[in-house]
Amino acid sequence: MSEITLQIDGREVKAEEGMTILEAAQSAGISIPTLCHHEKLEPYGACRICTVEIEAHGRTNLVAACLYPVEQNLVVRTRSEKVDKTRKVLLELMLAHAPDAAALQDLAQEYGADKARFGKESSFCILCGLCVRYCAEVKKKNAIGFVDRGTRREVIFIPEITSKECWDCKECFPLCPTEALQATFLLTKALMSPSPPSAPESEE
Amino acid sequence: MPRINSPAELEELRKDILSKRDPNRPCITLCSGTACHASGSEEVAASIEEEIKKQGLSAEVDFRKTGCHGFCEKGPIIVIHPEKICYLQIEPKDVPEIISQTIKEKKVIERLLYTDPTTNKKVVHEFEIPFYKNQERLVFGSNGKIDPKSIDDYLALGGYSALAKALSQMSPEQVLEEVKKSNLRGRGGGGFPVGRKWEECRNAPGEIKYVIVNADEGDPGAYMDRSLLEGNPHSVLEGLIIGAYAIGSHEGYIYVRQEYPLAVENVDIAIKQAEEYGLLGKNIFGSGFDFTVKVHRGAGAFVSGESSALMTALEGRVGEPRPKYIHTVIKGVWDKPSNLNNVETWATVPLIINKGADWFRGIGTEGSKGTKIFSLVGKVNNTGLVEVPMGMTLREIIFNIGGGIRDGKKFKAVQTGGPSGGVIPEKYIDLPIDFDELAKAGSMMGSGGMIVMDEDTCMVDTARYFLNFLAHESCGKCVPCREGIKQMLNILTDITEGRGEKKDIELLEEVAAMVKDFSLCALGTTAPNPVLSTLKYFQDEYVAHIEQKRCPAYVCKALVSYYIDPEKCQACMICLRQCPVGAISGGKNQIHIIDQAKCTKCNTCFEVCPPRFSAVRRLSGEPVPPPVKDRVLARRKG
Repeated sequence: MSEITLQIDGREVKAEEGMTILEAAQSAGISIPTLCHHEKLEPYGACRICTVEIEAHGRTNLVAACLYPVEQNLVVRTRSEKVDKTRKVLLELMLAHAPDAAALQDLAQEYGADKARFGKESSFCILCGLCVRYCAEVKKKNAIGFVDRGTRREVIFIPEITSKECWDCKECFPLCPTEALQATFLLTKALMSPSPPSAPESEE
Repeated sequence: MPRINSPAELEELRKDILSKRDPNRPCITLCSGTACHASGSEEVAASIEEEIKKQGLSAEVDFRKTGCHGFCEKGPIIVIHPEKICYLQIEPKDVPEIISQTIKEKKVIERLLYTDPTTNKKVVHEFEIPFYKNQERLVFGSNGKIDPKSIDDYLALGGYSALAKALSQMSPEQVLEEVKKSNLRGRGGGGFPVGRKWEECRNAPGEIKYVIVNADEGDPGAYMDRSLLEGNPHSVLEGLIIGAYAIGSHEGYIYVRQEYPLAVENVDIAIKQAEEYGLLGKNIFGSGFDFTVKVHRGAGAFVSGESSALMTALEGRVGEPRPKYIHTVIKGVWDKPSNLNNVETWATVPLIINKGADWFRGIGTEGSKGTKIFSLVGKVNNTGLVEVPMGMTLREIIFNIGGGIRDGKKFKAVQTGGPSGGVIPEKYIDLPIDFDELAKAGSMMGSGGMIVMDEDTCMVDTARYFLNFLAHESCGKCVPCREGIKQMLNILTDITEGRGEKKDIELLEEVAAMVKDFSLCALGTTAPNPVLSTLKYFQDEYVAHIEQKRCPAYVCKALVSYYIDPEKCQACMICLRQCPVGAISGGKNQIHIIDQAKCTKCNTCFEVCPPRFSAVRRLSGEPVPPPVKDRVLARRKG
């Protein structure tokens, strides 16, 4: 692995080839906000809050730090007027779903995001996909997934798998940045309650 | 079918096919593309076949069902060769006369000809009709000449000679150089230089490489890729094989949407025929080059037309885009180098190889070479597919080829580049169309959609329409695109329904900027274009909606009322009878009044009120006057 030198917020940072900007920054103690990132999971690049400004090949660009591979002499700015302004609107869109989510409060304060800028959305979920990806990549169960696309996209538990796998696991719960998961899970359980499928099996 | 083992054998076969064809023998071609199919070409075809038999001409006349001729407004279209007599809007009842008069007697049937609306003169030949005359149909031209289900038809026109030339006279590097030199840019939307893409893929490490045809065209109103694949599938295949040779790929995919059944059928047949002739498979033309191609049917998501999403879908997963920080030409399908181009791009390649890069560079503008097929639709007289050299102005396309605006209305704007393109207002009507000029004007080439709008179009509602499309068609993975589009759509809906607030314009601009800068793929980064371009050129309409609650084009129903002017109403009962919801009261000699609570604003009364009365008025941004008390009509004279 060859060593790469890049510049993050004016500091020279050493990184290894194949690392992302986020990894390089973290190794140098430079913080970049993330919401859909988890070290056990493949980078996903959906929440875009980690978007940073880079200068490479003579051009300035905005890229997701969790995905962009480091390059020699890359110049990264984790904050700029544009990045800050855009993160603010991005946060406001997420706050419309989860105005009181713990994970969003500090960020909202830092970027001056107004949680009431947009009307309250009906779902708490920001579709960061942590639960879905954790269940698929780490637990390899696929008990929870996305359905539909576009603005109708949502997360659901698949009853047939849930009834067998979820009772003793619930490892996805603490990953959720907005608590939408508990609500969804409870909802699914409630939906299944008239004739609970083979629940005790998993207790064997 | 005999296998063709060398370019010489191809030429022999071609000669053989041509020797059996008499160029002076009458041949009726009938457009059988999807649009003409919808307007009844299947029935016309049946009656042509029947009538030829009935009149005992089976041995003397050829009949060919071809692909789309492009002039869809006037379909089904018949062209009679060799004279190229063109009959439009043919119905089965016209067929006996066509056979007995034009084929047997060589007489032209006046009533079936095109009438030039400006001169009122009849036009006999296809090439004299202004719609065709002003085009340069390099890629699309063969569509009307060949039966897409017949490889021999394609060969008769010189088909696969470019492939023969590439494989026998050129090295892969030379093919690549020729395409690079031609400056061909991708026709699918981005306009990326094709040669550079091929070169990156060729140079990417790895033995296995893929070439892909993107036939997942999904823009509302655009159907040029569909018509090419339906009408001339071999031209696409030939381009693909040439590209594979240059890149060093031996496997190709044609990703075509399931909703294009005729395209799927015709390309399947084309592949089978090409395989039988040995134009696909092992050792093509004895050159040692192997290439196979498979058809993959897409499940109908617009976003799957985005290259990385398409590749994910090809792998059998949900068609969601992935970041392209490492280009797909390096890591594409199954992480292998993959070169994707759209249908039209591939179909252009054989022309460049046959005629040379210099010839190609002689057409078009400085930055955009060659021709482009546009899907000309909307409020224009001649809707259809038009192919013109890059650099032709919007005016020439819309007025000379398109025949101007319908019903004598005024041109307002044209929306180019599909749902994530932008609108271009009248002041840029003389803009020469190419990749760069469109981008400068705040729109884009996209895949070539061109929706013409007249004075009755509301630009806020137009932006809302496209955002609604994108809200459904975004994959929903990244927050900026999914949530940003949703909020922009909410704001636009509020404005069109009379709930707009002053702060909305600024808010729209702020959200649009965020979506543009932070989204994961090109669907997101271009999604704000309809909003930004209408805001840029038609901000006054936004202001009218927000501040005066007025829709200047009388489109937004919530802001429009219908009112019968008591001074003008003649109590003729026409609107009263035709109102579908019974909202109009009145009677003989009794002035009609619209019950505003019942009115659904369907516009019927406005349309049916006789122009000499013009009593029904549309109001927007002003209150409806109270109903008159004395409703007895004092008969006015004169």
